[in-house]
Amino acid sequence: MKYILLTFMMLGSLVTNAQSEKYEAAMKKTLSFFDSAKSTAQFQSVANSFERIGDAEKTQWLPYYYAGLALSIPAWADPNIDKDANSIRINTLCDKAEALDTNSEIYVLRNMSATQQMMVDPQTRWQTYGTQASKDLQIAIKLNPDNPRIYYLQGQSLFNTPPAFGGGKDKAKPLFEKAIVLFKTDKPKPFWPNWGLESTEEQLAKCQ
Amino acid sequence: MIKNLAIVLSLLLTSSGVFSQTQISGIVNDTKGHPVPGASISVKNSFDGATSDSLGKYSFSSTDTGLQTLKVSSVGYRSIEVTFQISGKSIQMNLQIKEEPNELKAVTISAGSFAAGDSKRGAVMSSLDIATTAGSNADITAALKTLPGTQQVGEQEGLFVRGGTGQETKQFIDGSLVNNPYYTSVPDISTRGRFSPFLFKGTIFSTGGYSALYGQALSSVLLLESVDMPERSEIDASISPIVVGVGTQQLADNKKYSWGMSYSYVNAAVYFGLVSQRPDYFRLPAFHNADANFRIKTNNGGMIKYYTTFAYNDLGLRTQDIDSPTLKNAFDLTNHNWYNNLSWRQPLNNGWRMTLMTSFSTNLDNIQQQVQGPDNQPRIFPDTAYMQSKNFILANKQNLTTGKAVFEKKLSGLSSFRFGAEYWYNNNPLTYNDTLKVLHDQLISGFSEVNIFLTNELAAQLGVRYEYSTLLKQSDVGPRVSLAYKTGKDAQISAAYGIFYEKPDNQQLFYSPDLKFTEATHYILNFQKMNKDQIFRLEAYYKIYNNLVKTVPMGYNYFNYTNGGSGYADGIDFFWRDKKTFKDFDYWISYSYIDTKRQFMNYPSKITPDFVANNTASLVMKRFITNWKAGFNLTYTFATGRPYYNFMVNNEGKFFTADEGRTIDYQSLNFSCEYIPSLSKVKPKTFIVLFASMSNILGYNAIYGYHYSFNGQTKQPITPPANRFYFVGCFLSWGVDRTQDAINNNL
Repeated sequence: MKYILLTFMMLGSLVTNAQSEKYEAAMKKTLSFFDSAKSTAQFQSVANSFERIGDAEKTQWLPYYYAGLALSIPAWADPNIDKDANSIRINTLCDKAEALDTNSEIYVLRNMSATQQMMVDPQTRWQTYGTQASKDLQIAIKLNPDNPRIYYLQGQSLFNTPPAFGGGKDKAKPLFEKAIVLFKTDKPKPFWPNWGLESTEEQLAKCQ
Repeated sequence: MIKNLAIVLSLLLTSSGVFSQTQISGIVNDTKGHPVPGASISVKNSFDGATSDSLGKYSFSSTDTGLQTLKVSSVGYRSIEVTFQISGKSIQMNLQIKEEPNELKAVTISAGSFAAGDSKRGAVMSSLDIATTAGSNADITAALKTLPGTQQVGEQEGLFVRGGTGQETKQFIDGSLVNNPYYTSVPDISTRGRFSPFLFKGTIFSTGGYSALYGQALSSVLLLESVDMPERSEIDASISPIVVGVGTQQLADNKKYSWGMSYSYVNAAVYFGLVSQRPDYFRLPAFHNADANFRIKTNNGGMIKYYTTFAYNDLGLRTQDIDSPTLKNAFDLTNHNWYNNLSWRQPLNNGWRMTLMTSFSTNLDNIQQQVQGPDNQPRIFPDTAYMQSKNFILANKQNLTTGKAVFEKKLSGLSSFRFGAEYWYNNNPLTYNDTLKVLHDQLISGFSEVNIFLTNELAAQLGVRYEYSTLLKQSDVGPRVSLAYKTGKDAQISAAYGIFYEKPDNQQLFYSPDLKFTEATHYILNFQKMNKDQIFRLEAYYKIYNNLVKTVPMGYNYFNYTNGGSGYADGIDFFWRDKKTFKDFDYWISYSYIDTKRQFMNYPSKITPDFVANNTASLVMKRFITNWKAGFNLTYTFATGRPYYNFMVNNEGKFFTADEGRTIDYQSLNFSCEYIPSLSKVKPKTFIVLFASMSNILGYNAIYGYHYSFNGQTKQPITPPANRFYFVGCFLSWGVDRTQDAINNNL
């Protein structure tokens, strides 16, 4: 009887292990698709895969985060994406992720989502979405001041603001530099976001 | 035991190989049968699923068995769930999802309506545009005159829309009628509107076919929606040779309520000393304006707003008498105006929303006109009635109290239904040379309107309005219908029809109290294509006027009025705005063609009214140079000549056209610029805007028409009081970062 009990306990732990192995395998596979994605349709497919993983797992925030990230990347460049609808979906994914874990990365994603909505019509949307975007970064800093992606995005925002409005290369440069220092010391946990170093270095080069 | 465990383990490890893979595929379509690409198809509680391709096709394999739930979702569509059985055989499943109603994508009813404002969808101009349109000098009406459908009438205030007079356009603030939206008229000089564009977050200028919620305007309504809550507390000041002002807005820390007040004083003495005016001002125009407001947020997103403004002004001017070269007409005016507006909008349960509005205004004009000799002393003409009639004293007091309630219910999707009632009490005591006449009228209205969105592409608005006037002892019922159909991305066609009624002017009702409602029927067809950078609008209309007021001569200088007039107007309005083609350069072009004739007032037959130019065009240009922290605006307006007439009474007591002609074409080139020195500072303590403008740079001599002498022998052109108008001013504000406004509008 004791043995049977032990067997069941072992079996139980094996099943859990198998489950997490299955999750890890799915994440690895989808992350590799993510890395190779080029078209909007591919990013969308990656996002859908991540969302399926998140919905099935129910306890992992990372799949939702990556689903949102996969939706936000093509939205910078593809004019055919309906930014409002896309951002609403990203925000829903952020809500789902935040219900499981509140962290700086989610607010970095929220910032990008708000920025993309602002850029639809900066003149009329600055007050609403622009304010939202900077609020999101403030929260991100509060949650983890060592997140390098925050300073990359802050630098990016200043880089794109004309000098007459308080932006410019000179203002952006120290932020990119700060981000790079943090990227070098950043040790992300498994599957946690690690993107941004390359882009920051590219942007910094433009500031020289 | 170990053996048993090994079996269990091997079973577990090979299980994925043991369970068979089931292939699931199909197509995702919308309700119209079009494929939906990018839809997510997933088996619930599993990682299995796929994304539909550009043809809506999907395919994936699943290791699950038994009864499963498949979820299909896509942005802009309602998600669906389908249960199905996996039994090992491959499954072919076509899925259909339905588009969600979407306010951002849905068609809007645009026939006859120009939206302006920062929050409005489909807005053609923003609040700041109104202030920075050269020639407008922050007057709402002047800025709206750069839109098609309006006439460039410079000798009277008001918006003359599509063959209608200035009285045929009514203004509403937060749903309540404004009785005296302009400063009191001075003969041959158009006056400004009383309200600053910065009071409003949104403006809808309807050039016809407007909603059943509004009435008593034959041609057009201007709907002004006041701002809700200020962004922050601030103190403002303005300084210029013409005007000085100071004001404050205070926002509570919890942002639940705010209050504000301001005062300004206008005096033309310095300006008239520098720029000579044609009339001889014996009392220089001076204006005192004070206003106050409060706003309170209520539960569930409701809001109570109160706004009041008090104005006092006086002026006196002499002009050449038309009948005698040695005589002058001295016109003296003092005006008191007090306006109050209180509104409460409140969302209720079950998708209901209530809006209650009330307003009270009182306006007193004391006017005295005197014929004076070269010595500026009064002259009387006991034997010459037409000359003696130029000597008069008039005290005209107009009181208006209004109340209005609107209840709105959200129906399924974007559809909605609203109904309500309105009550206006008009009290108008008028003393003319010691004779007091008082006019009372109660106008009771009821209205209901339904907005139906059949799909995102097709919408209809059906409404009806009932009105009863106790003075006219008459009721009317006006139907209103609008349709809109989306023909493609950003493009739509809409149409509008409606019957509109308006009471005759009080001045006419004093003489003929048994007049009836005047009436207009509108037919409008509109095509619009717009995205955030470009707007193209083309609109055709046809209007029929009935029961217009007709003047009947009853002997020397005395008239009676009937509803014997009629008329029509048809035309095309074109509008194009483009912020994209030229970098950092924003421009719009308006062109209107109108063909209209009417038989009304003293017109002997159906003719083109003297306030109508057949062709009108405007080109508005704006350029903000960030590095200079300055913006430059230029407006050019052109209108073909307007007809002018001299109607006289013949021996049979009928009007006839003694003389007629057409004025020279009208044109005006206006310039304005603003300089914002604190633009580069991120949060400046003092925010400064320097503004300068010059109207009619080229000094073109405008002639709006002619006055005729009593005997018809002499005519005198009607011209503006000065050829050019200059303005320089400095606007300061403390405690609020207004830079954002400038960034908003110029990034």
